[in-house]
Order: sequence, then structure tokens, then C-alpha cells
Amino acid sequence: MDQFLKAFEPDKLAEAWHVFLTEFPQGLWETVYVTILSTLFAILIGLPLGILLVTGDEKGIHPLPKPLMKFLNVLINFLRSVPFLILIVMVIPLTRTIVGTSIGSVASIVPLVVAAFPFAARLVESSLRELDPNVIEMAQSMGASPWEIVFRVMLPESVPSLITNFTLAITTILGYTAMSGAMGGGGLGKIAINYGYSRYKYAVLYLAVIVLVLLVQLFQSIGTHLAARADKRLKNK
Amino acid sequence: MIELRNLSKSFMTADGQVDALRHINLTIRDGDIYGIIGMSGAGKSTLVRCINMLERPTEGSVLLDGQDLGSLGKKEIRDIRRSVTMIFQSFNLLMQRTCLQNVMFPLKLARVPRAEAEARARELLQTVGLPDKANSYPAQLSGGQQQRVAIARALATNPKVLLCDEATSALDPKTTHSILELIREINRKMGITVIVITHQMSVVQEICNRVAILENGEVVEEGDVSEVFSRPKAAATRSLVFPEMADSVSLLTEGGQHVRVIFNGADTSREPLIAKMAVDCGILASILGASTRTIGGKAYGYMILDIPGGPDELAAAVKYLSEKENITVQVETEYGRKEGE
Repeated sequence: MDQFLKAFEPDKLAEAWHVFLTEFPQGLWETVYVTILSTLFAILIGLPLGILLVTGDEKGIHPLPKPLMKFLNVLINFLRSVPFLILIVMVIPLTRTIVGTSIGSVASIVPLVVAAFPFAARLVESSLRELDPNVIEMAQSMGASPWEIVFRVMLPESVPSLITNFTLAITTILGYTAMSGAMGGGGLGKIAINYGYSRYKYAVLYLAVIVLVLLVQLFQSIGTHLAARADKRLKNK
Repeated sequence: MIELRNLSKSFMTADGQVDALRHINLTIRDGDIYGIIGMSGAGKSTLVRCINMLERPTEGSVLLDGQDLGSLGKKEIRDIRRSVTMIFQSFNLLMQRTCLQNVMFPLKLARVPRAEAEARARELLQTVGLPDKANSYPAQLSGGQQQRVAIARALATNPKVLLCDEATSALDPKTTHSILELIREINRKMGITVIVITHQMSVVQEICNRVAILENGEVVEEGDVSEVFSRPKAAATRSLVFPEMADSVSLLTEGGQHVRVIFNGADTSREPLIAKMAVDCGILASILGASTRTIGGKAYGYMILDIPGGPDELAAAVKYLSEKENITVQVETEYGRKEGE
């Protein structure tokens, strides 16, 4: 406890402030671009996969062979149940193949995407399943093909819910970047671990946490705002 | 013309096979407003979905102007659905699109050029009385207005047949009336055949010319509305036409002499029937129960009378009432058994 309190004495705070000014801008930038790129790639893979999970379902608009659906579900559940720290290690060969190295901010995008795309697929699936099945039946009764139902009904009608869920994805991935920071990645996570865990400089760690919290708040506020603005079900707008 | 021939549909459920429809035979002529009425679970929704092949019949066929829809492929069925359109109980509008975009939806599916589609959609919104709501979202509209938009959407592709699946069940009576008016007007002006699925007698009474009564997946009665309603033969029809009389067996007193007086379009307003019988024959009948409706200015329905005295009085009462125009009389000896036949 003594050691902990000492970490907040004036000279330590001054040191932390110095780190804040010199290293945080770079760390923040790394965290932000790794988070955004990872989320984009995760959505890029997760969106079609999530659509497939809904449409290919036994009762979906275009049922696919059961073994294929079973395989997809098992794969997603498997990837989602591996703890992220272990997943980072597991995909090192893949990371080396794609990026050339397993160290650094860019390299950390690979495990983040592998961890996040199954999550994104489930989020897309849940968004699309929220849609009233009667509306899909309406589209079928008007002669819409499965393809048209996906692109003209399911996705447009689910936009507010998708925005809400993608906001959840981006904030979760932001949390994961801190973990990958501990495993060779860059960003605020790395700073927090290097100073706070390895050198007992808690003031730096707390500063990093504050910045991360503010970042989550920022992403969440933007997401909530966009979702509300997109939703035409809310009256009097 | 739509012909349903020996149409059956069964579903496999966890509890085994369920026969939703059994050997349905119906003919719906062009220009009809055809009511299909039944209690919930009777198979109405399945039946209407067989007409546009949202449900594929297990057996039998659906003929649209002589063409067997069951023989068509997916693509051809999708084309057929532009000429057999549908409106729903829950309206099923696209909530993230404006009313105009909703009406344009089937036109986009039909690859109609944008400008043309928009012009047509605006014209249809005019037809349903909502020209000023083009840029409103469905959430800003009342239920009745939403159904009007849904009707405009259903009309967009110039259909031959409009299927209405409990289209007014979520609406209040006044709005129901105005929507039914609109449907009737569409039927008359555009010559669109309308099939109305409902559990509400009043809906059939208000707009249909033909009606089929569905019970447990079977058509138990079918014909002109006035005919079916005035002389309901099947038990299911009776309980639908006169729901308040469905349990009229409890009205019958032990050992009494009961007569069912059936009005087949009698003009009862001219003379007070029961009072006149008391004066003319001296029979003081008491009315145990009555349920009548006025359809087209004539009385339809029935009344159950208790005739005091012995068999002579009963015979006199039957004779007296039978002589009146458009009234038939039945002696109800074992009412309960008759009802359940």
C-alpha cells in the first residue's frame, strides 16, 4: 500500500505528466487506428457471416445444408470461447504470414480481427433476428428474391440496431487492444503495462486508464447518437 | 378466377402431423369480394398463403385463371406475386422508409424506372387518401393510415387479386369501416378480386358477396353471404353468425315446448309478430332468446320461443308462424343434439 501511495507523490505525478505529454499522443494514435481498423475488418468478415447465419437457417429465407450451418456455428463458438490472450499466441503463425512479424501495432490487428469477427457475426445475427418476421413475409409476398430481401429489407430495416451493435463491437475491441498491448502490441495498453505493471508507476497506468475510459465514452456517445438519428421509428422527428 | 381443388396442407411438428387444411374446394370468381371466415386455428391464414404460394400445398392445386401455381418454379411464383398481392393484420410496412418509399418497394422489385415508380406511388397515395403523407415515416401515422399505405403498396403492381389477411383486426370499429369502404371502392373501380380472411362476422357482412366458413381445416359451408347468414346450416356458422346464441342450449327449460323461428329476410317491421300471435291465437309465447341482424333492410336470424300449453297450442303456433312470409319454423325438441350435428 505504501508503495502504491508513493506512486502518487508530486514528483511521480510530474513524471507521469511528462510521459503523458511525450508518449501518450503516439499511444493514443496507435490504439485508435488499431481499434478502428480491427473493427472494420471484423465487420467486413462478420457482416456476411451474420447474414448467412440468419438466411441459411432452417427457417431462414434461403436455407443452406445443415452440416454447413453446423460447421459455421461451431467455428464461431470455438473462436469466441478461446481466451483472447491465448488466441494471440495461437494465431502468431498467421500473424507472421500476413504482417511479417508478430510484434507491434500493425501485427496486433490480426489476432484482434480473428477474435472480433465471430463476435461481429453474432451481433449482426442478433440485429437481423430482431426484425419482425412478418415484414420478411411481406417482402416474399411482393415477389422479392432472397437477395433482394437481404439488401432491400433486412439490412436497411436493421440499420439502427446494427449501429448500436457495432458500437458495442468497437468498444469491446478497444478493450482488447489494451490486452494485445501487453503481448507485443502497441498503444495505450502497452504504455500502461510497461510503466504501471513493470515499473510500479501507477500514476501513468491510471492516466492511461482515464484516457481509455474517455475513448470508450466517446465511441459510445457517437454510436448512440448515430443510431438514434438513423432510427425512423422514433416519432416526431 | 381462382380455383382451389382438393387443397390440403399438413405440417410436421414435434407432436406429429397437423392437417391445417383438408380437401378444400372453392371457386372465387373475378370481381368477387370473397370472405373466408373462421375461428383462430381454423386454417384461414394457411389457406390464404396457399393462394400466393407462400405455403406450398401438400396436396391438390391452386388455379389462377386456369394456371396451376403448384407447377411453377420459384422465379415464376415471384412474378405471380405481383398480380396476387397481400395486406396484413400488422400492416408490415418498412419502418425505416417513408410512405412513398414503401409504396415504391414492389415497383423497385419489378424493376420499374425510378421516376415512373415515384409517379405511380404518389398517384396511389392519392387514391388511398394520404397524398400529404408521402414523406412521413410509418411510425408517424395512425394504424388506419398505415393500413392505407399498405393498401397503396399492394396496388402498386396492378394486381388482379388482393388478399386481405385479418387486415382490419388491429383497428378500431370506425377505422375498420373506413378501410372496408376503401377495399370495396378498389374492388368496384379497379375490378380487383378481393379475398378477405377474417374472424369478424361484421367484416364479411359489410363487404363480402360470397363467403366460406372454415372449421378445423375444412370448408363447412359456402355460398352467397345473404344465403349463408340467413340459413346457417353448420354449427360453426351458427356460432359465428350468432355468437350470443352459441350457448343458447342453456336457455331451454326442461320439458318446455320450444320453437325456433327463422327469419329469412322477413319484413318484421310491418307487424309485431309475437304480439299479433297472442291476439290472433291466444298463445302467449315467451321469447327465450333472439339474435337477428338486418342485412339489406331485411331481418335475418332467429328467435327461440317457449310455447305454453300442450301439443295443440304448439301445433297452432307452428301453423300460424309458418304462414308468414320468409319465416320458417322448427320445433326444437332436442336442441343440444341438433346444434352439435
